Amino acid sequence: MIAEDRVVNVLNWSDYIAPDTIARFEEETGIKVNYDVFDSNEVLETKLLTGHTGYDVVAPSDFFLERQAKQGIFLPLDKSKLPHYHNLDPMVMSQLQAVDPGNRFGIPYSDVVTGIGYNVAAIKKVLGDQPLDSWSMIFDPKNAEKLKACGLTMLDSEAEVFFSAKLWLGLDPASERREDLQATEIMLRAVRPSVREFHSSKYISDLANGETCVALGWSGDVLQARDRAREAGKGIEIVFLIPKEGGMVTFDMLAIPADAPHPDNAHKFLDFLMRAEVAAAFTEARKYPSGNAAAERLVSPELASDEIIFPPADVRVRLKPHRAESLMYTRYANRAWTRVRTGH
Amino acid sequence: MNLASLKRAAQRLLPSGGWYVIAIPYLWLLLFFLIPFLIVLKISFANIALAMPPVEPVFVWTQEQILQIRLHFSNFGFVFGDSLYIEAFLTSVRIAGVSTLLALLLGYPMAYGIARAPSGWRNVLFLLVVLPFFTSFLLRVYAWLGLLGRSGPLNGLLLHLGLIHEPLQLLQTDFAVYVGMVYSYLPFMILPLYSAIEKLDLNLLEAAADLGCRPAQVFFKITLPLTKEGIFAGCLLVFIPAVGEYVIPALLGGPDTLMIGRVVWDEFFANRDWPVASALAIVLLVLLAGLVLLLQRIQAREEAT
Repeated sequence: MIAEDRVVNVLNWSDYIAPDTIARFEEETGIKVNYDVFDSNEVLETKLLTGHTGYDVVAPSDFFLERQAKQGIFLPLDKSKLPHYHNLDPMVMSQLQAVDPGNRFGIPYSDVVTGIGYNVAAIKKVLGDQPLDSWSMIFDPKNAEKLKACGLTMLDSEAEVFFSAKLWLGLDPASERREDLQATEIMLRAVRPSVREFHSSKYISDLANGETCVALGWSGDVLQARDRAREAGKGIEIVFLIPKEGGMVTFDMLAIPADAPHPDNAHKFLDFLMRAEVAAAFTEARKYPSGNAAAERLVSPELASDEIIFPPADVRVRLKPHRAESLMYTRYANRAWTRVRTGH
Repeated sequence: MNLASLKRAAQRLLPSGGWYVIAIPYLWLLLFFLIPFLIVLKISFANIALAMPPVEPVFVWTQEQILQIRLHFSNFGFVFGDSLYIEAFLTSVRIAGVSTLLALLLGYPMAYGIARAPSGWRNVLFLLVVLPFFTSFLLRVYAWLGLLGRSGPLNGLLLHLGLIHEPLQLLQTDFAVYVGMVYSYLPFMILPLYSAIEKLDLNLLEAAADLGCRPAQVFFKITLPLTKEGIFAGCLLVFIPAVGEYVIPALLGGPDTLMIGRVVWDEFFANRDWPVASALAIVLLVLLAGLVLLLQRIQAREEAT
């Protein structure tokens, strides 16, 4: 085999790695990391389907990997090149068999829950003393109307928003019935005038500095906002809620495109990320569990007892995975999403 | 047959020298316009698939040596069936139209001023118009993000003057899109206007004034009609790119700024629906080309009379 250039091209989600990981990898292996970020599964899929992305490592969510893997987009992992593979949590790996049979193509990187992040004081001011345990906090038009003034944002992603909305409406989130999609669209359009912005990464800083007061967002992102708010010391308290109707849970995976120019280096990079201390550093920095059992033993006690990062069993049952949809359904859902987002 | 007549026959068959000269732009058009257009046209009749690339092939050579051509006209049905696309198109035409008008109102006096300036000044003024092109287009649009932001200088000035008490939400509005459009495309308006105004025969204006025309009348009766070609060229140069503009509405516009460029992007990237994206692009092209041809015919007819 021809020796590869000492380079690995990585495309990962934004704000999604511990600050020193890349430098440590480069120093130890002499392989330079070209690190790019994205914040949308859809855009990643388009790039992968166009082909020749030049990337060696990409990070699709599990339900996207599920259908992409069927298209032969990914290289089957050579586990002999992944000596730290045994660190991965066997429970997680067996769950992931549902989307990636035989765990052939992907390793888990991060466990993400979609819920509501909010500013405690600001919400109390506009919503009063009503119990905050349900999606109705943002999906009930009466509440959304009140939240408009202090700033309501949602992820710019059809999957998360429609899944959450279906949960609140009591619909099966996996349903592909057009009536269900329509009902969800109508409900979201009623809330739309109160939504300040649909964005999948900016809300971390917006929540932290009080620019907005509530976001439909991802668990670790909201916790990062909480920590940034604490560091700023302006008395802003951010919490994350997994509503009683449930929340979407996904694993963001790491995989190697079939046409990756540096597959060997990609394996080295994946193996480095699976090291217990590296995966633990990721959880410490980004507040997401990594599906790495060895790493979970290393995280600080403060983090290990955080019930948002590691939800207890009675919360766990409320978490529901998103499964891959048919292409035709995606087409209709995305168009419904465009109508909701643009307010037309 | 002698040698000379053979040579003449050969010359008749081979293209003449002039052909080689125009062959270069034609080749350029073929490579960078016609072929990409045909590819887009082909994709607009394909069906979506989860594959690389994400469309089914239109032409299939079967084992029985039959060329199968499958054209999916439903993509065009989709474009005309959903009011979203029609709305996006109308919004784009409105925003591009208003931007063109604003650019004309702003650009005409500027072009006039430059054309009438002393010749020493003219080059300097001209350079100032072209100077922004030395910076990347994207950076110049980004600059407006800072200028129009809640804590930007414009809001700062208004607050300082006491005209407002809370910073205005200028970004993510149609206002910001108009500012970005007019700013970015103004030079394309000024350049053709300048060359039209510069050619204007000053004796005609003097003659009109001598015959009793007031300055406003001179302008509307002589200057404006004689620079019509410049106005026409400038408006086309601004309007056509503005209709399909993606960057300016994406950065400065709000989530409800529904322009066709953004919709094509969404279809291509978010929906991974290349056929509908291509169908949209084709429809847009046909409508715009039709509009331009119509305008050109009107102009030609006016010139003939």
